[in-house]
Amino acid sequence: MDLSFSEEQLLIKESVEKFIEKDYDFETRNKLSETEERFSRENWKQFAELGWLGVTLPEEFGGFSGGPTETMLMMEAFGAGMLLEPYTSSVVMSGNLINIGASSAQKKALLPPLIEGDLLLVTAFAETQPQYNPVSVSVQAQKQGDNYVINGEKVVILDAPSADKLIVSARTSGKTTDPSGISLFLVDANAAGVELTSYNTMDGGRAANINFNNVSVSASDLLGTEGEGHDVLSRAIELTTAALCAHAVGMMRSAYEATLEYIKTREQFGVPIGKFQVLQHRMVDMYMNLEQARSMVYMVSIDVTSDDALTRQKAVSGAKAYVGKCARLVAQGSVQIHGGVGMTEELDVGHYFRNLTLFCNTLGSTDFHLKRYAELTK
Amino acid sequence: MDTSYSPEEQAFKQEVTDWFETNLTPDLIAAAEAGADLGGAITLEQAVGWSKKLAAKGWTAPSWPKAYGGPGWSATQLYIFNSVRAELGAPAPFSMGVAMLGPALMKFGTPEQKEKYLPQILSSEDWWCQGYSEPGAGSDLASLKLAAVSDGDDYVLNGSKIWTTSAHHANRMFCLVRTNADGKKQEGISFILLDMDSPGLDIRPIISIDGEHHLNQVFFDDVRVPKANLIGEEGQGWTVAKYLLTHERSSISGVAEATANIKRIRRIACEHGYEDDLQMQLKIASADLELTALKYTESRMLSGLESGQVPGAESSMLKIKGTELQQDIAELRVDMAGHYAYPWQDAAEVRPFDFRWATQVYNFGRAATIYGGSTEVQYGVLAKMVLGL
Repeated sequence: MDLSFSEEQLLIKESVEKFIEKDYDFETRNKLSETEERFSRENWKQFAELGWLGVTLPEEFGGFSGGPTETMLMMEAFGAGMLLEPYTSSVVMSGNLINIGASSAQKKALLPPLIEGDLLLVTAFAETQPQYNPVSVSVQAQKQGDNYVINGEKVVILDAPSADKLIVSARTSGKTTDPSGISLFLVDANAAGVELTSYNTMDGGRAANINFNNVSVSASDLLGTEGEGHDVLSRAIELTTAALCAHAVGMMRSAYEATLEYIKTREQFGVPIGKFQVLQHRMVDMYMNLEQARSMVYMVSIDVTSDDALTRQKAVSGAKAYVGKCARLVAQGSVQIHGGVGMTEELDVGHYFRNLTLFCNTLGSTDFHLKRYAELTK
Repeated sequence: MDTSYSPEEQAFKQEVTDWFETNLTPDLIAAAEAGADLGGAITLEQAVGWSKKLAAKGWTAPSWPKAYGGPGWSATQLYIFNSVRAELGAPAPFSMGVAMLGPALMKFGTPEQKEKYLPQILSSEDWWCQGYSEPGAGSDLASLKLAAVSDGDDYVLNGSKIWTTSAHHANRMFCLVRTNADGKKQEGISFILLDMDSPGLDIRPIISIDGEHHLNQVFFDDVRVPKANLIGEEGQGWTVAKYLLTHERSSISGVAEATANIKRIRRIACEHGYEDDLQMQLKIASADLELTALKYTESRMLSGLESGQVPGAESSMLKIKGTELQQDIAELRVDMAGHYAYPWQDAAEVRPFDFRWATQVYNFGRAATIYGGSTEVQYGVLAKMVLGL
């Protein structure tokens, strides 16, 4: 098993780490989350100039043709900064989705502006039921002449308030939970009938519920084949889940390091509290959970590229379940060991805690994925 | 990052597979399927017979370098060998000579000592046991008291060792003794080799909670051991022991065995009515994921080793996680055994084959988080050496 990285991969990792360390400290991030968009367009432009928006996208569209390993290294580094910029939504989820499922004309139209930072894409598939199930699609798209007319609601679509275009899953046939009959459409965020109700989210970002009222899109905005959107969506979700696991490990590492530093300096009963064995052992548990979680991220970053669907699904569900379990332990431990100050808005640890909680609730819970893994492997 | 095998590695895997398939006997395969090991389903005669077969092939000590008679395999080859071995149901090397003493001798032994002992480990002529723990020195190993008093060319040993696994099978022991009772306790410890048939040495069995005889207490009453048997200098024993323990910890993760055993657990779940038992399937899935994480963590640590680093305190994590996993798997089998956990010893035949050794293995498996530095001691090592607390 070769788990080493190429020089190019290490260079990308270092450049992202340097950015987070120098230009994205906790105060800077907090200020950003008080602005209207809750992220920096200037940063986004800079990411584009550094090539970060195209790392995993094909060279012919201006990318670098990297893969999940590059994404993993970048996402872990982004995690340390709890990045507010819509990298996951636009690049990882939507960029991959376009690259996997769109026609070459669509790729040619969408990927270069996405890579150059001029187009923000957001994929909207979640609906009102809280239980994760991307197959459950009740939004309808009816064919009328050369057009499709979309009706229905998507909820808690992260980064949607800043999106230029949306990728929307809608049903062109079948019942609400049929895997077949789901189609993917490219919808202009400003199109007539698209109504966003925007709000703030616990991680400092923005999201929206989106109503589609007789939104008309042309047949050329259908991504891939009608009724066969599920496979494409699943592939993009797999890559995104792997990336989010790496992002979570980045947050876990920061929370762990902050807590380790804290118990070395905080004194009670006349000694640094790190002298107490009960805290030492809890810290060791956090250390082991962090390292084991990172190992799972390596695993999924390799296996998510497999041509075999079962291998990919097992890897993704296995990693999400395992990293989710570790994330809880590290997040809760960090707050507990910090004591009162861990409860405050002021300290970064509480923000890692919140974001790790959200990680567990994103793209399927720990329980969902453990059960899925059990079903796939029994 | 790449987990695929090269054509050479695939050919190697085939070679190993072919050899095991030709040479493994049904009794050993059955023991592996039942989850049992030496002292349980495998008799000493079977173990010796198997070791000699391996010796003839030159595979007794798969981790040893060529210079000392090992195959000199790469980390990947070793990984392949162990995976195939465990999956096909061949036992891991029984002797503590291969995984523990061998590496210490290579590092600290004199040329004469290496020449005398290493070939005998390879040929399975020598069976080694480890004399570390004492009644008053368990987790606090450095407080050991077994006295080695200088007398001419010999040391004279008095005291006792306890929890000595397979002392009743072994013909030699590597042993920690106290050569100096003054000063820092670690500095008065020496590492010495001795023969189990030395006059004054007495072995008494300790029956463990699996009802079997693996463990012993060994008593020393004026046992004479030549000074030439010292490994390293007098007083350097703690350094040798630590080196050896680190090797033990890194070889203890048991990923190959756990992989094979999870596969067996899945088969048993299907064959004994647990296929649609969600709770059981979730527990199996959780153990399986612990295994995957451990496998990658071990690989991450080993790839560090190949670039010349020494196994460090991080290996404590492999020990903690590996032994927990081993225990979890044993527990799954007992959970599935239901009322078949009852029949004991002579009545083992009452149990279905898959559960015949389930309780024994589970019971004795509790030792895994106690020996080689208990889990709690490993937590202490990690806190101090890795976290800097």
